[in-house]
Amino acid sequence: MKSLERLTLAHLWTAFIAFAVACVFGLWQMLARSPIPTPGFTPSNYFISVTAHGAAMAYVLTTFFIMGFGYFTAETALQRPLPGKRIAWAAFGVGLLGVVMAVVPVLLGRASVLYTFYPPLTGSAWFYIGLVLVVASSWVWCAIMIVAMRQWKRANPGRPVPLAMYATVANAILWLWTTVGVTVELVFQVIPAALGLVDTVDVGLSRTLFSWTLHAIVYFWLFPAYIAFYTMAPEAAGGRLYSDTMGRLSFILFVLYSLPVGMHHLFMDPEHSTGFKFVQMTLTVLVTVPTLLTIFTISASMEFAGRLRGGKGLFGWIGALPWERPMVLATGLAFFMLWFGGGGGLINMSYGMNAMVHNTSWVTAHFHLIFGGTVVIMYFAIAYAIWPQLTGREAPSLRAQRIQLWLWAIGMMVMTLPWHYLGLQGQWRRVAQFDYANPIIAAWGSWVVVSVAGGAMLLASALLFIWNLAAFHRARTPVQAPFRFALAIHPPERVPASLNGFGLWNALVAVLMLVAYGYPIAQFFIHDRPVAVVHRVDGAQP
Amino acid sequence: MAARTEHEVLATELRWTIAVVASVALISLAILWAGLVHFINPPSNLETIDPTKVHLSPEFTEANLGTRVDEGGRVTTRIVTAQFAFIPPCVVVPADEPVTLRLVSPDVIHGVLVTGTNVNTMVVPGYVSQVHTVFQKTGDLLMPCHEYCGIGHSQMWSTVRVVPKAEFKPGPDGRALCEKP
Ligand code: HEM
Ligand SMILES: [Cu+2]
Ligand SMILES: [Cu+2]
Repeated sequence: MKSLERLTLAHLWTAFIAFAVACVFGLWQMLARSPIPTPGFTPSNYFISVTAHGAAMAYVLTTFFIMGFGYFTAETALQRPLPGKRIAWAAFGVGLLGVVMAVVPVLLGRASVLYTFYPPLTGSAWFYIGLVLVVASSWVWCAIMIVAMRQWKRANPGRPVPLAMYATVANAILWLWTTVGVTVELVFQVIPAALGLVDTVDVGLSRTLFSWTLHAIVYFWLFPAYIAFYTMAPEAAGGRLYSDTMGRLSFILFVLYSLPVGMHHLFMDPEHSTGFKFVQMTLTVLVTVPTLLTIFTISASMEFAGRLRGGKGLFGWIGALPWERPMVLATGLAFFMLWFGGGGGLINMSYGMNAMVHNTSWVTAHFHLIFGGTVVIMYFAIAYAIWPQLTGREAPSLRAQRIQLWLWAIGMMVMTLPWHYLGLQGQWRRVAQFDYANPIIAAWGSWVVVSVAGGAMLLASALLFIWNLAAFHRARTPVQAPFRFALAIHPPERVPASLNGFGLWNALVAVLMLVAYGYPIAQFFIHDRPVAVVHRVDGAQP
Repeated sequence: MAARTEHEVLATELRWTIAVVASVALISLAILWAGLVHFINPPSNLETIDPTKVHLSPEFTEANLGTRVDEGGRVTTRIVTAQFAFIPPCVVVPADEPVTLRLVSPDVIHGVLVTGTNVNTMVVPGYVSQVHTVFQKTGDLLMPCHEYCGIGHSQMWSTVRVVPKAEFKPGPDGRALCEKP
């Protein structure tokens, strides 16, 4: 096996093992919240489980997947060796060490603060330091991505950076900006508290810093799915990308507008004025633009492919698409879930309606559908698409892959539709156990049971996914065609410098962040705001 | 979709972009309208309070918690949310009348919602959260803590008893208490 393949596989297997284990925790949580008796249930175990599940899905699956896929993209799309492979391996080691440092205290029940660790609740310092190491390792990845693109541009003056790599670097830049908020919070507020160096926390400030990260991180997770839509799905469908320029524009818009909007997570908070909430809400509406552009461009690319394959009429091209190919199927299912999830998102973001759903099951259901559904199903499809290259073998069964994808999409709908409904009924989130003797809560029981069934389908699908990947490693058929990214119908010869780099966009992000977050953060230093006393969850004495 | 030349592709994309921007502008206007015309705005009164001195403040001493009607007839309900209970555990409010909820936390972050209503706010130590509402349905509503606040979070809930206006009878000091169920 070649060195790039080893590096990629190490990252992706770490991601997917964490994912599969977290799915087991997820189903157990589903049971605990339902009227069904649950083995091993205690409230303490529940919050251990939710902390582990949330952190594994949000931080481990995503970060390691994105790093591994990025390394793969850099070498495959640029067709030159990845710079700094040794450093990449060292960063992988640091990241893995961080995961272990974080997981152990969680499982020992000494860091049950959930993946959002809202201080002044404070757990073991190891948990937070471990997470900082994971972030540090991803910063190394960002640097390698930027260097790889620079080197390629120097060797290919004037030529447009291949779209897949342009998007990957966009994500690296987005991630560097994104992680500033949470890292500052951890290093200057939470870790000193966890180490017992300080005994109070400015909670308003910590929530504001976390919100800086909380929205943009979602787009960091989403990027690989969009990269697959633009640069893998059209090829898999037997066509080409409708417009390369539109891809570049969408990725740039994500970098611009996913950052200055995090305060929409604080609509219901008392520490910010209506004015800034309003500014960030307005910017939030703009993040829908790149998604709507993407839906159009990808649908047009699919139509192009369908017509090439003989599809006729207004909708005939849909039937003509090669749905038996996992990448095409996953794209279709992802779009389907995106329609539902996007509609829900409109409700969350509108500032007034948010009061109806804030911190209810609606929110949990919403991000499972968008993130666990649309995004993760594309992680599966990407894995299926690149595993032949990584292992040098063809999949023994595409059918098993299709079953897995269908099972995931159906399971996700069965789990999240009732969950959304329960949220509207007022079911609140992060609860270990509901009192089903209460008449209001008793009425929710049967819907909760339906969503447990959806969770069971998801776990089955997750295990089948691992089985399908393992099958490559055991397979005998050597790979037939080398992997390649999709080209545009009219591949650009030249693009303006602004669409081939990020200098201008970085400057704009800086301005937008200053407008959106400048005063909201500065207020905690200008005015004397009360602080809260640290509350430890790990029993340690300060 | 037309795609014979790159120009054609860009023209099509441009038309779509205009449609997208127009619909996004429409959505923004709808939200703006809801905010300005119907006063649907989130709780943001920016009022601070030292979390370690909550019980010493005249407003949030135990004797002043719950619902109180002031001289002007305004109804205010004051609640302390603390690990892992609401003080008081039940509040009574009149239906069809403006009510102001004021909540504070002496310890960690909590949050409250009232099932079946639009009442929803975070309670962040250091700040007074304030929500204005009119309860329309009478009966016992559930008011849980909706933000994880520690191991006892799931047990942290209380009751909002909405009674018809005629049955809402504050005492001579203006306070109204839940009678035991
Ligand atoms: C077998 C599949 C899954 C099941 C059954 C499941 C179930 C659950 C449950 C029951 C909760 C707790 C909700 C609460 O206490 O309010 C939860 C939380 C969470 N889930 Fe999942 N989940 C699954 C897959 C996923 C996936 C694929 C992702 C994302 C990639 C994900 C991300 C999260 C996150 C970030 C939380 C944390 C929520 C918090 O701290 O409030 N889950 N999940
Ligand atoms: Cu609470
Ligand atoms: Cu709570």
